[in-house]
Amino acid sequence: MLVLSLDSSSIASVALSRDGEVLERFDTTDTRSHAEALAPAVQELMARAGLTGADLDAVLVGTGPGPFTGLRAGLVTARTLGFAWDLPVHGLCSLDAVAHRVGPLALAAGHPEFAVAIDARRKELYWRRYRVAEEGGVVVLPAGDPQVSAPEQLPDVPCYGSGTALYPDRVPRPAVEGTDVAPSAADLARAAWSVTSRGGELSTDTSPLYLRESDAKVPGAPKRATS
Amino acid sequence: MNTADPLVMGIESSCDETGVGIVRGTELLTNTVSSSMAEHVRFGGVIPEIASRAHLEAFVPTVRTALADAGVRMAEIDAIAVTSGPGLAGALMVGVAAAKALAVATGKPLYAINHLVAHVGVGLLGDGGELPPHLGALLVSGGHTEILAVQDITSDVRLLGSTIDDAAGEAYDKVARLLGLSYPGGPAIDRAAAEGDPEAFSFPRGLTAGKYMGSAENPGPHRYDMSFSGLKTAVARVVETFHAARRPIPVADVAASFQESVVDVISRKTVLACTEHGITTLLMGGGVAANSRLREVVTQRCARHGITVVVPPLSLCTDNGAMVAALGSRLVAQGVAPTGIAFTADPGLPVTTVAMPAAV
Ligand SMILES: [Zn+2]
Repeated sequence: MLVLSLDSSSIASVALSRDGEVLERFDTTDTRSHAEALAPAVQELMARAGLTGADLDAVLVGTGPGPFTGLRAGLVTARTLGFAWDLPVHGLCSLDAVAHRVGPLALAAGHPEFAVAIDARRKELYWRRYRVAEEGGVVVLPAGDPQVSAPEQLPDVPCYGSGTALYPDRVPRPAVEGTDVAPSAADLARAAWSVTSRGGELSTDTSPLYLRESDAKVPGAPKRATS
Repeated sequence: MNTADPLVMGIESSCDETGVGIVRGTELLTNTVSSSMAEHVRFGGVIPEIASRAHLEAFVPTVRTALADAGVRMAEIDAIAVTSGPGLAGALMVGVAAAKALAVATGKPLYAINHLVAHVGVGLLGDGGELPPHLGALLVSGGHTEILAVQDITSDVRLLGSTIDDAAGEAYDKVARLLGLSYPGGPAIDRAAAEGDPEAFSFPRGLTAGKYMGSAENPGPHRYDMSFSGLKTAVARVVETFHAARRPIPVADVAASFQESVVDVISRKTVLACTEHGITTLLMGGGVAANSRLREVVTQRCARHGITVVVPPLSLCTDNGAMVAALGSRLVAQGVAPTGIAFTADPGLPVTTVAMPAAV
């Protein structure tokens, strides 16, 4: 199973993986150049691996949550590649990528439940709760839907992910390690493999997890002058 | 690649239309548009975030429809062109990211194209694809209001004048709201104005005072520029006066007088710019080009100065992918190097940049 993965919920990242093993990866250092970085990164990774679209089995994309503009760049890139290469496109919550990465840390620290948070801008965090267990390997499962809220509103469980490091004094229980991990395509690929390798199925729903309305306001009646 | 009659796909997402057009040389094969206009109605204007969300959902389906409609396969396309500015940043970004993905997946060359120049590119479609010499363009829409001089559509386009605040279409939308008319404001006001007296109210003509205009030899700072925000404020004041007096607003008269001011300024400035720059053919573009009073007055005033006015069919005036494809096709035919995939969309792209150069 050869998969091209993209995530743009935080940084922009691309990964090529075979059966969950990452062959090539690309990650930006900033969170504001998704539309510039993604396509060239895909081209470079494919060339480096000596692959064409015909070699791939699927495209995988992080569906957020994340800042809207960047998130859309990843989604439209993934959907368009899937269309042009005639490949299935799977969507996975971007926070699951972080959860998969920090799961072993949580387990080792004796935390069967934890949360993952990333920056939602406007002094808020996107977050999701997870459960982790040892079942012939570390298994991380979502324990609720992704949310957006002020840091104080997070559940009282150890909190991982790059959002934690942003508000160490406001998140109820920041974890000790793994508070700087952002979603990446490489971790997303591994998280997806942990689902499919256990017989699970990935969703073909690539709808963005905006979690917030578009901020548009219906204008009221024309303003009356007060003078 | 076939450079004589290249098969080019054009992608447009600078405002609220997701457009995909396909041309073969100068022949239009499809002009497929998915508009989010209906979603903006309750807001009385284009909401950028709603437009961007709609572009994401519409993109792949619109490409599929366009290919089916044109009867071509993606693999047959010779080149891809995409609007890279000017326009709404978040909206442009969706089309640009998608176009780059298409280019990467198919290995086709990608051209990053100026939206305003693409409006003029409509003139390249059909009839041997030649633009008339001494060409100018008047572009009026909800997003822009410009007068261009087009010496050579691939290499020499200049901005003669533009709005310094609201676009004309935006002023129509805002005034329509003040008058309780529907969105988009252009057609609504045009309809209401038909029953009204254009001289009932004397609304200001923005940037027409001598200090802005100067003379042909010694032009002022805004000789061909336009401004509609003062006009909108003046309409608001009139509406308020009627409210305060608890009298019904004479909607038709206000609409007609407002429209007369807009049309008067645009047509006067356009004719002035044309005569002073030797322009003998004027191409109208943008959604507001459909406005009956604007077409009428521009055509009349241009005729008096021997200027021929060309108005493409409405589907090619409003934002669309066909115009992007048409300009892209011309760039390919002229051997212009593609932009590649490393560029950044530019919401303020100047008209002098017809196609973005390849990044070095
Ligand atoms: Zn336009």
